[in-house]
Amino acid sequence: MADSEATLTAHEPELKHHFDDSAQQLESSTLGMWVFLVTEVMFFGGMFGAYTVYRNLYREAFASTSHFMNVTIGAANTGVLICSSFTMALAVRSAQLGQKKALIAFLILTLILGCVFLSLKYVEYHEKWADHHVPGPGFQYADPRYFRQAQILFFLYFAMTGMHAIHMIVGAGLLTTLIVMAARDRFSAAWYTPVEMIGLYWHFVDIVWIFLFPLLYLIGHT
Amino acid sequence: MNHQVVSVKVYAAVFCALLALTITTVALSKLDLGEYNFIAAMTIAVIKATLVVMFFMDVRHASSMTKLFVGAGLFWLAIMLVFLLSDYLSRGWLPGLRWL
Repeated sequence: MADSEATLTAHEPELKHHFDDSAQQLESSTLGMWVFLVTEVMFFGGMFGAYTVYRNLYREAFASTSHFMNVTIGAANTGVLICSSFTMALAVRSAQLGQKKALIAFLILTLILGCVFLSLKYVEYHEKWADHHVPGPGFQYADPRYFRQAQILFFLYFAMTGMHAIHMIVGAGLLTTLIVMAARDRFSAAWYTPVEMIGLYWHFVDIVWIFLFPLLYLIGHT
Repeated sequence: MNHQVVSVKVYAAVFCALLALTITTVALSKLDLGEYNFIAAMTIAVIKATLVVMFFMDVRHASSMTKLFVGAGLFWLAIMLVFLLSDYLSRGWLPGLRWL
């Protein structure tokens, strides 16, 4: 009994028994995370497909709704998300180097930028709500020709940016968990897998926005 | 861990490139380039996404297995979008046939 306990504690504390070494363990985590991200790619891909189909079916309606997209907030949010991806990359780097203070600082900065994004999203949604551009019984549209088609396009706008915002909220929760874990000294230069995995998730959410921004805000303006 | 730590310079350069590309795509959207507006916007988006995947997500240092999975994901996405659009966009090309 004492013998087996001795062999169990002989390796690094964070290395699970079914892995050869920590490199293999990290490799498995990275691969697993990417499999999850691929399912997310397919999920958002379906919505991008629906968007493209309707954009081509109702070109004139799309051109008229695109004037109601707030390009300034959209562009500002793109900048905010790129900044947050940068701070997230630096957080992972700090974790690799075992710099606890820098790790916590960059994670908090990333969380703040995520909250700035969501706040700007709120301002934008409120604008749409005040203009009666939310699809449903209260929907009003300046051009009566596109009353029905414009609702489909605003629905797609809310579905796509809404799903993206939900991913941001989940990401903010995950970042909070990371900050608490980092403050409790759970990470070291030898083990920081959650920081790296949630970093991958955060960058993925950034990529979704990189495609949402030009498609929803920029195209069809002129 | 077998990770090589990427220098801050590399991350900062990618960050600046992403911001510059965002400004470029907004500026290009103000010009009337016809169909090229869409092509330019999507080209810039793909470049930005590639920068994030390769540098921030560090796929360039990932194992071949991870790269294979990333590539397979993109390939399946391409199958979905190409087959979907080859149906919808080609409707109405043949005279006399109207499904929608």
